[in-house]
Parts: sequence; structure tokens; C-alpha cells
Amino acid sequence: MNALLQGHTASNPQSTAKAFDTVLQVDKVSLEYRTPQRVVRATHEVSFEVDRADRFVLLGPSGCGKSTLLKAVAGFIEPVGGSIRLDGAEVREPGPDRIVVFQEFDQLPAWKTVKQNVMFPLLASRTLGRRDAEERAMHYLEKVGLVAFADAYPHTLSGGMKARVAIARALAMQPKILLMDEPFAALDALTRRKMQEELLQLWEEVRFTLLFVTHSIEEALIVGNRILLLSPHPGRVRAEVGSHQFDLHSLGGAAFQQTAQRIHHLLFEEDSEEGARAAAELGFHDIRIAY
Amino acid sequence: MSLSHARRDDYEVALQPLPDLKRERELPLLQRLWQQGWLRKTLILLVLALIWELAARYQGNDLLLPSFVQTAKAFVEGIGSGELLEKVAISLSVLIKGYLLGIGLAFLLTTLAVSTQLGRDLLSTLTSMFNPLPAIALLPLSLLWFGLGENSLIFVLVHSVLWALALNTYAGFLGVSETQRMAGRNYGLRGLRFVLFILIPAALPSILSGLKIGWAFAWRTLIAAELVFGASSGKGGLGWYIFQNRNEIYTDKVFAGLAAVILIGLLVENLVFATVERVTVKRWGMQR
Repeated sequence: MNALLQGHTASNPQSTAKAFDTVLQVDKVSLEYRTPQRVVRATHEVSFEVDRADRFVLLGPSGCGKSTLLKAVAGFIEPVGGSIRLDGAEVREPGPDRIVVFQEFDQLPAWKTVKQNVMFPLLASRTLGRRDAEERAMHYLEKVGLVAFADAYPHTLSGGMKARVAIARALAMQPKILLMDEPFAALDALTRRKMQEELLQLWEEVRFTLLFVTHSIEEALIVGNRILLLSPHPGRVRAEVGSHQFDLHSLGGAAFQQTAQRIHHLLFEEDSEEGARAAAELGFHDIRIAY
Repeated sequence: MSLSHARRDDYEVALQPLPDLKRERELPLLQRLWQQGWLRKTLILLVLALIWELAARYQGNDLLLPSFVQTAKAFVEGIGSGELLEKVAISLSVLIKGYLLGIGLAFLLTTLAVSTQLGRDLLSTLTSMFNPLPAIALLPLSLLWFGLGENSLIFVLVHSVLWALALNTYAGFLGVSETQRMAGRNYGLRGLRFVLFILIPAALPSILSGLKIGWAFAWRTLIAAELVFGASSGKGGLGWYIFQNRNEIYTDKVFAGLAAVILIGLLVENLVFATVERVTVKRWGMQR
């Protein structure tokens, strides 16, 4: 009786948790992209699940298809196999329920002020009317500390400020999942650290669901609560590691170092000359995204 | 022997306030004036007018080369009698009709080109066919098709605007970064809304330069066409004014007509296009 109950509680909450709390289900997804000469498999049968309010990190060396995977979740690339489900519904095309924060600074339309930039997706997707959109834009600009710059044009902002605007714009849409594609990779080290800190603070306040792509083990440990490690050529799941115990204050600590080394080992143990040569042959400078 | 650095003691300086120092000073008046672009350009025009005046007086034949003063007088008289203004109005009204129609067609063609493969091929084939063809070469054909009237002028004007603008606009669309495209699609923008809200503003520098080139082409084509085909139903434009006055050897009026063409060009370039650029691409940091 007792054992039965235990078994019951062990399995059942898990299945109800699946029904209620899993936002994103990626099931055996294989992705391909085209170069002018050939079709290259970017990921092979990758599966993972992201729960509500997860800070889920895709981590791997370049060529593991992590960005391609994120673009597939965003709906820009159609999988050749497997399925991507958001709240149970199949992802077929880009949509405002998944907002992407890109790495490039030109993700902000230069012809819109900071405030108009944050309002843009709200108006373009017809989520809110102009007045409500403005109100919400100001709310999120306040969260990232840019109210004073609401009427500035993006070209007058620093890199860190542009990243903040992009984050405010994404959060203002209140998407089911926020997709960040190496958002801080183009920033200098200090600004990058500051942005990681601010992102964590924002998460404490808003508790959004985040899918975050990075190639930095350190960033993955700081930002994420779960890390999916991908192997390169083609990207396959190597491991999933919990990292909720780490934040900016754990930097340099023994446990942090240990986990970082473990991840490094998992990612690079098989990395040989052969792998490097394969990467060179594929010609990654020549990638075209097919859609 | 080892190299050793001479030791230096650390030091600090206690900074005193500087009440007498002027933190900034203005440049001399002349230098400040020299910073004004319009002033420099006016000076250039004045020097050119002076050279013209001297050359005309030296040459001393106002049938071949009327002096600046004579031309200015003819120009003022033409404005005063209303004749020149009337000709300008006729030319401009035809010009604007052709220009707007050309813009509309260029927009249609490039929208088609960014949305379908076939549209892309159509645009590239048509532009490579027609862009090198001088619009004025179509005038005889145009006269045959549309008769002696405004319509044949509009036809050649459209031809002169369309290809230059379509080529520039399409090149601008191609230059819009992948990130901005993905961002637009991410917010659910598709089709015409995608073109209007993402592609056109992002490609505005190229579109504006296409509009400028189109304007210049149209203006040239119109004057040339009016010279060739003259007046329709007794109403000719500036080109006709120039042509007729040359026939009657009113060389000063010919010069006045040419001056009107130049002045309108300068005004449109420096007022209309410069203003549009200032409130858009320059303000947005897309163009210096």
C-alpha cells in the first residue's frame, strides 16, 4: 500500500507536470541547412523539454547547430524530422508567441526611437492598441532602466543599451518563451557581465521562460538553470546538466570550476583533429539559411 | 649587468580651481560663417556669374552669349509677364504626373520581385533591357501610340523614372540584413506589411538615391522631349519656351529658360530631397 502510494506520487506528478508545466517540447528534431554546394545536417534527433520559467541553455562548440536549433524553435527553419511543440501546438512558422533576441546590434530598426522599437512588435502583431502598447513599452523600459532614452534613436546608444532595448522589446510582448541567440556575444567583457546580472534580475521579477544559446561555458552556468550540451557535426545531445545553484557570485568558486571542467570534458573529449578538419571542410562561412 | 629602472616616487597634485581660465571660446566670425554650406555655395555661384559677365562683355555679341545681367533681366521680365511661370507650371505638372506614376510602377515591380522568384527574374530582365535605353529614344514611338499630347510625354517620363528607381530600390531591399528580416517575420509581418514596415524604411537610403536619380532623369527627358515635339494644343513647357526663343534669336530668353531649369533642379535637390534626408536617414544614423 505504502509502496503503491509512493509509486503513484513518483510517477503521477511527473505526468501532470508534463501536461501543465512543459512549455516547449523538442522531439527528435533533425535540421539541415543548405550551402550552395550541398545540404548539411546541423542537428540529428535532438530532444529536450523546457518547463515554465526555466532558463534553459543550449551550449556547444561552434558547428553543433545550437543557433540553427533556436531558429527552428522560432519557426524560421522547418525540421526535416521530429517535431517542435509549443504549449502542445506544433511550431510551423515564425510568430509573436516566441520572441527572438539576436546578437546583432541592427536587430533594432534604426528608423524607430527606443520607445517605438519596444512598441513595434506589439503593434505589428496587433497584440495591443497604440495607447496600451505605449504604456507597456514604458513599463518594460523602466525595468531595463532606459526610460530617459525613450525618445533616442538606436544609433545614439551604446552596445549594452541596445541589448537592453532588445530585451525590453522581447519581454514587452510577454511571449510564451523568450529565445536569445548569443545576445551578449558582441559586447565587451564588462558589459557582458553586467547584462548577465541584469537578465537574472529581470528573471527574478518577471519569471519568463528562456531558451538561451551560448558557446561560453561560464555564461551558460551563470545564466541557466539547466544546460543542454550538444556535440558538433551534427549536433546531438551529449548531456543535460542542472546549474540552478550557480549565479554571478559563484564565479571562481570550487563547485563552479568543477562543473565547468566537467562540461568542458563532456564537450571536448572527442574533439580530435578529424573533427576540426570536418568543420573546415563544411565551409561555415558560407551558410545560407533555407526557408 | 642587469638593467634596473631608476625608482621614482609617487606623487599627487592638489588641484586648484581655475577661475580665470576660459573653458571655451568662439571661433572668429569669419570662420563661423565659412562653416555655413549655403554661404560657400552662394559664393561659388557669385564667382561663376562674375566670370560669365566678364566673358560676355569681352566677347561683346549678345546674340551668341548674352551677359549675366541681360539674362537676369530677361528672367525677371519672363517671371513678371507670367510667361515663364506658366511654362514652368506646364512642365512641372507633366513632370510630376510621370514621376508619381513611375514611382508607383517601380514600387509594384520591386514588391513583386522581393516576393516571388518569377518577379525577381522579370525585374532583372526588364531593367537590363530598358535601363540602358534613353527614354527620349522612345518618344517617336510614344507619339505614334499616344498621339501629340501629354500622354506621350508621361509615357517617356515613366520610362525614365521606373528603371533607375526600381534598380536602386531592389538593390536596397537586397541589402536589408537577415537579422532585420527575421525580426520582422518574428512579429508576424508578411507580404505587403513586411515590405512597408521593414524593407522600405531599412532600404530608404537606396530608395532616396533612386528617387533623386529618377527625378534628374525625368527632368532631362522632359526638357529634351519638349524641344523635339514642341507644344501640344498651343501649350508648351520650358523646353518649348527655349526652342521657340532660339528660333526667334532671343538668346537672353533662351538663357533665362535654361536658368529656370537649373534653378528648379537646385531647389528640388537642396530643399525637397535635403529636407527628406535630414528628417529620415540622417536622423536615424543611416547616412552621414
